[in-house]
Formats: sequence, C-alpha cells, structure tokens
Amino acid sequence: MARNPFRSEAEAYRFLLLTVGYVALIVVAAAIATWLGVVVFVVLTAAVVVLWVRSRSNEPAMRPAVPTHESAEDERHILVIANETVGGDELLAILRDKSAGVNEQVLVVCPALNSPVRTWASDEDGARSAAQERLDASLARLRRDGVQAQGEIGDGDPLQAIEDALRTFGADEIVISTHPVGRSNWLERNVVGAARERFDVPITHVVVDLEADATVL
Amino acid sequence: MSAGAEAQHAAHPPVAHKSSRVDAGTLGMFLFIASEVMLFGSFFTAYFFIRVVNHEPWPPPQFHLPVFVAFVNTVILVTSSFTMHWALQSIKRGNRAGMKAGLVLTILMGLAFLLTQMLEYARIGFNPSDGAFASIFFGLTGLHGAHVFIGLTLLTVASVRAFRGHFTPEHHHGVEIAGIYWHFVDVMWIVVYASIYLL
Repeated sequence: MARNPFRSEAEAYRFLLLTVGYVALIVVAAAIATWLGVVVFVVLTAAVVVLWVRSRSNEPAMRPAVPTHESAEDERHILVIANETVGGDELLAILRDKSAGVNEQVLVVCPALNSPVRTWASDEDGARSAAQERLDASLARLRRDGVQAQGEIGDGDPLQAIEDALRTFGADEIVISTHPVGRSNWLERNVVGAARERFDVPITHVVVDLEADATVL
Repeated sequence: MSAGAEAQHAAHPPVAHKSSRVDAGTLGMFLFIASEVMLFGSFFTAYFFIRVVNHEPWPPPQFHLPVFVAFVNTVILVTSSFTMHWALQSIKRGNRAGMKAGLVLTILMGLAFLLTQMLEYARIGFNPSDGAFASIFFGLTGLHGAHVFIGLTLLTVASVRAFRGHFTPEHHHGVEIAGIYWHFVDVMWIVVYASIYLL
C-alpha cells in the first residue's frame, strides 16, 4: 500500500501505478457488464479504504529506531512528559522520590498542545509560549527541591515528543503525567498504552488532579 | 548577550517554530495538489451531472471520440512517468547522465502528448459550442492539457538546472517536486481518460 504520495516522488510513482491498476480493473469489469463495473468499483474502493484505515491504526504500534541508553548504577536519566499537569504536586513528589539517592538527570518535555489547523499551518508560537510558561514554573519548583532538571518544548503529539526527546536524551525511564480519567484527552487517546507499546523504556504513569490540588490549597 | 551574538541575531530572523511531523515543503505540495484535486473535482462534477441528467446514449450519437488515439496518448503519458521515476532514481545513485536522459525523455513524451491532443482537437469534428457534452469534453481535457503544460515548464526548469550541475545525490529537491507534480498529472489523466473515453 502506498504511503502519503505527496512526501516523495517514489510514493507518488507507486500511487500512480496503483491508480492504473485500480482504473484498469474497473474498466475491464465495466466492459463485460455495467453492473459488474459498479461492483468492482465499490469493492476496490472499500478495500482501499479498509487498507488505508488499517495502515493508519497500525502506525502507533511501530517501534521507532531510537537509541537505547544504560546509565551507571548511581545515575538515573528520567524523561518526563507533561503538559497542563507539569506543575502538579503528585508529579513533583514522584520526581523527588525517583531522584533520591542517585545522580539524577531529569528532562521535562512539555508538548505544545495546539489545534490541528494551527499545527498543520506550523503556527505554534502561541502554544509554545503557553507551554514554556508552565515548564519554567515547574523547573523552578524542581530545582528548588534540589532536582537537576532541564526542560524543553516538544511536538504537540506526546508520542512524537517522546520519540524526539529520546533521540537526544538517553532515558532510563519515562514518566507520563496526565489529568485523571474523564478529564484527560491523553488517556482517552490511550497515549500511555501506545507509548508502552512503542518504546523499550519503562514507563510510569502519574495522575495529577489539579482541581483537588487547588481545593487543598 | 555578547556583541557577536547580537550581530548574529540581527543578521538572521529567528528560526520559526514548526511541528516535527509536517515538513513545510510537503505541506506546500499537499495544499497545492489538494487545490488542484478540488479544481478537477468541480469539472468532474459537471461532467457526471450532465451525463446523469442526459438520458440519451452516452456519449450522444453525433459525437465520436478517438478512443485509440487517446489510448496511445495514455500509454505515452504513463511511460513518461517511468522515465521521470528513472531520472530521480538515477540522481539518487549519483548517475547524472541517467537523470538528464530521464528528464529529456519525459519532456519529449509530454510534448508528444500535447501535440497529439492538439491534433485530436483539430480533427475531432466538433467544437466547444456544440452542446454540453462538447463543452465539458474540451473543458476537462483542456484543463488537463494546461496541467501538462505547467508540468513541462517545471520539468524544463529542472532539466536546465540538471545540465548546469545543480543536483547531487543528496540535493535534488527540484527534480523530486517536479516528479510528484508530473505523477499527479498522470493520475488525473488516467481518471479523465477512463471517465470520458472508456466508461
């Protein structure tokens, strides 16, 4: 099955060959009988749609070739993926626990959540600046607690953000922070499950209830 | 900030933020071809509307289309996609002569297609003012012909650059983009030919 025919000439060429085959089958069937042409058109079109949907649903299961990493015994590299919950108490507590007694390196990646239209138009400045503000506040709290943390803004797709980060930051562990079930778009999209399938790195899921935190405060 | 850093900052605009998923060049080509698909879609809508509301045999008996000549033209255009693909594969392997030959052959076949279409228009025996079928026939095939002309222009530019040695196995974006467009023009012709001449 051809992939996006706009990405490269080779894919466009493959798409052309598939089109030739698709149209030729319909024309031959229609030459035999009009109703047969319609049937072949419907069957082939349905088959193409099914194959396309399947190929899209299989995409998250593909394991990207990201470099693996093994730290020394007294070192721990932790990759944190969090957006609105990046300053949550639960997340900060877990990071403090995981950093205790080891020489930790924490990289906090804050995906710049954006609307699909803005993402396609590469208009990410607003989303990035909002994510940057949350990230700065979170990093300041972590550093106050003695955690060696760095941060960066990632792709709006959390899985893509993890993949991008793993290429430059060898992580022993990934921590994904989300809102509770029912309020989390990431949980609805099964981001944690997809990340566990996709990356060969232990993943910890932290639920941060910002509303409860605010009530306690 | 140091003076050097300030000077560097002043000399270049800041790098634009963009998603790592959507390459700007790919997005541009996608949007362009999407607009072209919509343009062709409007012509196909008109064609099938006329065909559905017309209860006579299709095409109307007074119109005779040169199916075989159009088939030969189709073969020429599809073959030109092979040579286009060969041109790109050649430069990817560092074979500049293959790229140049592929581009020149593609242009020659594109010209042959256009010339054949012009001869077909001259001898077809009806003109755009001879009813709805004639109008949409010339509209659809003419629209496609215009796209072949645009494709040939892109290929000519790519060829000139190829003969000047602008492309390398690592940098051949000019050939790649022209190739994607050329294949798109071919795909559109397959649909136009099947719809108008065969079905």
